[in-house]
Amino acid sequence: MAKAKTKEYDKKFLIGLLTEMLKIRRFEEKAAQMYGLKKIGGFCHLYNGQEAVAVGSVAALDLKRDHVLTSYRDHGHALAVGMDPNVVMAELFGKVTGCSRGKGGSMHMFDVEKNFLGGNGIVGAQIPVATGVAFASKYQETGGVALCFFGDGAIHQGAFHESLNLASVWKLPVIYIVENNHFGMGTAVKRVSAVEDFSVKAAGYDMPGRVVNGMDVLTVYEELGDVIEQVRKDSVPWLLDVKTYRYKGHSMSDPAKYRTKDELEKYKEQDPILVLKARMLDEGHLTEDEFKKIDDGMKQLAQASVDFAESSEEPPLESMYEDIYV
Amino acid sequence: MAEIAIRDALRQALEEEMKRDERVFIMGEEVAEYNGAYKVTRGLLDTFGPKRVMDTPIAELGFTGVGVGAATAGLRPVVEWMTFNFALLALDQVINNAAKMRHMSGGQLKCPIVFRGPNGPAEYLSSQHSQALQSLFVHIPGLKVVAPATAYDAKGLLKSAIRDDNPVVMLESEMSYAWTGEVPDEEYLVPIGEADIKREGSDVSLIVHSKPLRVALEAADELEKIGISAEVVDLRSLRPLDEETIYRSVRKTNRAVVIDEAWPMASVGSHVAWLISSNCFDELDAQVELVSSEDVPMPYNHTLELAVQPSVDKIVRAVKKVSYMEQG
Repeated sequence: MAKAKTKEYDKKFLIGLLTEMLKIRRFEEKAAQMYGLKKIGGFCHLYNGQEAVAVGSVAALDLKRDHVLTSYRDHGHALAVGMDPNVVMAELFGKVTGCSRGKGGSMHMFDVEKNFLGGNGIVGAQIPVATGVAFASKYQETGGVALCFFGDGAIHQGAFHESLNLASVWKLPVIYIVENNHFGMGTAVKRVSAVEDFSVKAAGYDMPGRVVNGMDVLTVYEELGDVIEQVRKDSVPWLLDVKTYRYKGHSMSDPAKYRTKDELEKYKEQDPILVLKARMLDEGHLTEDEFKKIDDGMKQLAQASVDFAESSEEPPLESMYEDIYV
Repeated sequence: MAEIAIRDALRQALEEEMKRDERVFIMGEEVAEYNGAYKVTRGLLDTFGPKRVMDTPIAELGFTGVGVGAATAGLRPVVEWMTFNFALLALDQVINNAAKMRHMSGGQLKCPIVFRGPNGPAEYLSSQHSQALQSLFVHIPGLKVVAPATAYDAKGLLKSAIRDDNPVVMLESEMSYAWTGEVPDEEYLVPIGEADIKREGSDVSLIVHSKPLRVALEAADELEKIGISAEVVDLRSLRPLDEETIYRSVRKTNRAVVIDEAWPMASVGSHVAWLISSNCFDELDAQVELVSSEDVPMPYNHTLELAVQPSVDKIVRAVKKVSYMEQG
């Protein structure tokens, strides 16, 4: 596993990463609370613990030409690409002010302006789509790269195999990112996968593969920056096995009894927010007061998103007939 | 007017639309170097090159999904499925993604893509390769579905499908690729959502789509011999469905026989029959009859496979039944 490099970063950049991760953490905590209050229904897959993956990756992108696609665990990516927390929370509440006008819910965040194309509810179904987005970028010579996030559960779908083969044969600018949180719903990777290091699968498609420490946002940022540069230059796909961990269950209805408390605690010791905070404190880029101020700000932002969602209108009944055909 | 085969009409449509719009490209199994499993794409690789006419591996889910992604990101793909039987492998991408992109993004995205290929029974192919699967696609809001049965309609509908901003499923037929028909020399479109009266009549409406159009027209000839004037309504588009043209015909003839080569349960035929019963109840002089495929998988044996499908004889019998000329 590649170690965090010792590159120098300016304070502003590091504060930005820290702020983004805290924004997601506090938002998800608020979403969980609202779910408990039945303000949010259905499936709700939280991102707590995995923040470094979306934040570090997106920081390395140029969203004017690059695209991001992910699975149903999509709140973190939506916020990382810069979607307004109000609009994301309103979508969770099913309100007309939500990004998908209350028709998508938790699993279907989209923002076409930010080249964020969802938000897919079928395990692995975004993998061919992201491959097609990369195809379009190459066809139109935009120089854009597609980031395709999916979980370790999705890697066993046929769609994964078909897509990676096509991307390699057609030399498409797409980066497949396994957000390997070690569980496909309640099933540990080792129980259902012939290999635990998914990067080796890249060899079968004659593409480069790499394992990345997804608990360290700077490692993710640096690795992605490196890979994105190569993809832009050579137009070849990559497969990254990004090791991470989710603190919550698969969805809000999952008490996660298939893992030990010790395991969870072990991962929480390498919490991506705490890791970055420690480094910044160490390097003199942050004080405890500054951290508290940022954190309080993000808590307020999460609360404001709830206030916005609460006060938003329900979609009108006739809207059910809209947004089906152009 | 030139008399050309349906496969050539389809190729003309592809060629014209690819010339008209750089964003249009074709992909599928054997579409490029092999010139198409059924030769619909013959010569297009030479004309447009490998960037726009792409052979894929045998991976229906994968390349269909790539098409969906490319459409979502601004291109206008035409995805050829070698047959609709193989399209079953791609259904997740069609139903969960293509048909839902606009909806689940609250109207932010669109997915202008055409899925096309041969559907319905062919000959001597047994049950996995002779299936009329339109019911699976027409069931899905978010998709448009067209099913032409003449060269004129095939060309005009494919051009409209490529220009449409929604996902359009185009049902062709292996058995009818060689059927010829007149196609104008000048450019034209057939709008999606408009049925066409293929033969005017006054005593009974035969409502049909796709390849059985020919059987219905032959049945109308037979009926004429016994003094029954049959009107043949070709649906052409299955979603959206041109209900008004159906009702106008039935309100004129007061009798309806619906013909559909798919299985009867939850089918286009059964739905149309219900629509007529519901909307033309006062004008009907008899119950609506449905001539469908027998409710069985397709056998290999030729006598059996013919007996499974709608036939002139079955249609004539159904018409006699709704005309109270024969006890059913």
